[in-house]
Amino acid sequence: MIAAERAPRASLFRFAAPQAFYPLAGRLAPWFAAAALLLTLAGMWLGFFVAPTDATQGEVYRVIFIHVPAAWMSMFIYLVMAFWSAVGLVMNTRLSFVMSQALAPTGAMFCFVALWTGALWGRPTWGAYWVWDARLTSQLLLLFLYLGFIALTRAIEDPRRADRAGAMIALVGAVNVPIIYFSVKWWNTLHQGASVSLTKAPSMASTMLAGMLVMAFAAWAYTLAVTLWRVRPMILERERHTEWVGAVLEAEGAKAGGGR
Amino acid sequence: MLNTFVAVLRRDLLLAWRGRADVLVTLAFFVIVVCLFPFGVGAEPNQLRAIAPGVLWVAVLLSCLLSMHRLFAQDHADGTLEQLLLSSEPAVVWVGAKVLAFWLSTGLPVVVVAPGLALLLDLEQGALPVLVVSLLLGTPILALLGAVGAALTLGVRGGGMLLALLVLPLFVPVLIFGAGAVEAELSGTGAVAHLLLLGGGCAGALALAPWACAASLRISME
Repeated sequence: MIAAERAPRASLFRFAAPQAFYPLAGRLAPWFAAAALLLTLAGMWLGFFVAPTDATQGEVYRVIFIHVPAAWMSMFIYLVMAFWSAVGLVMNTRLSFVMSQALAPTGAMFCFVALWTGALWGRPTWGAYWVWDARLTSQLLLLFLYLGFIALTRAIEDPRRADRAGAMIALVGAVNVPIIYFSVKWWNTLHQGASVSLTKAPSMASTMLAGMLVMAFAAWAYTLAVTLWRVRPMILERERHTEWVGAVLEAEGAKAGGGR
Repeated sequence: MLNTFVAVLRRDLLLAWRGRADVLVTLAFFVIVVCLFPFGVGAEPNQLRAIAPGVLWVAVLLSCLLSMHRLFAQDHADGTLEQLLLSSEPAVVWVGAKVLAFWLSTGLPVVVVAPGLALLLDLEQGALPVLVVSLLLGTPILALLGAVGAALTLGVRGGGMLLALLVLPLFVPVLIFGAGAVEAELSGTGAVAHLLLLGGGCAGALALAPWACAASLRISME
């Protein structure tokens, strides 16, 4: 089970081996972290100082610079998670499972942030922290799907079984996400009509859009950085019986003055 | 293949019959959950009538969930599951049989009792057939989806709670269309659309869930 695949050196698939991916992740993560920081600062500046006040909603609308990227990211991460789970189940690559498990907490975090900021926005705008709107409700269910995935992979001791069980539930969830979304949408329209609609202002000022997009890229960079950082110790833990991990730990120990 | 199916079905039904107390506990749970609602929200008939479809459906979900972990647990404990997985028969066949037996022994009794409880909540009698049909179409979906969750959480510590966390979000569409069918019938818009969607969900679950469940059992038993 030692990760000494004889893949062609030039191929990207080389990085499917934990041994090759570990240093790569270590090299890339700081760059993404720096990008995330810069983009967040730029996006915040655009959002809070450059973008004009919204004609109908006033200053409250500025929550979209965090809310919308978080909501996008939470949905996108679930797709990526399901993708890596499928890859893992089909190709039997251990790193894919590690990847999907490293993504899950960030996805759940973004889901929660989207719900939280949505509630803070809803109170002054709709007069209620929570409305059983289709989008809110499906976002809440997405959070439950994330929590289920995390709970299942953490509850199973054997990592191989945890990987596969988690991948299975991620795929079942991915099949169900559209069903849940549409059922909630129809349920909502049946129940309360169009009492609350999330329609945005018809035309968005270009600085608003720019701020939102910059924040979305910041969310991407943050996700990549955090996930790569989270993947590294997970790889070490799983590969702790191999020689290369021993070598890596020794080298890092020496670099840190033997402190670690 | 058919022989396997019938044999496993007979065995599981026989086991369910021998352990009828379990089935009765599930039914009693269902009845008690429904009866708790009037205490919680007040005995005002109009209010009870309004919430009756939702209450009945939520109670069905919960009682289904409560009995779900039994689906594979006993076979897991005494090694039957391992032997079944080792056998040359395709796992989908006997998984299907087990889920069918589970539905017959726990889903069907709940469906039979539900109309009586609906009367307790003063649901209009005209809506009772729709309630029964929606339950007949919906409970198999619950059993099929729950079987995947039960297979994944087999022998995991805290399995019962975990199972709830895993499958309850997936049950939401069934709840929406099941309770929605009854409400649509009451409001006069007709329940056909909801029932068709439930039927579609049932067909989809029937086509996909046994395979997912068989794969999950393999994962859990490795």
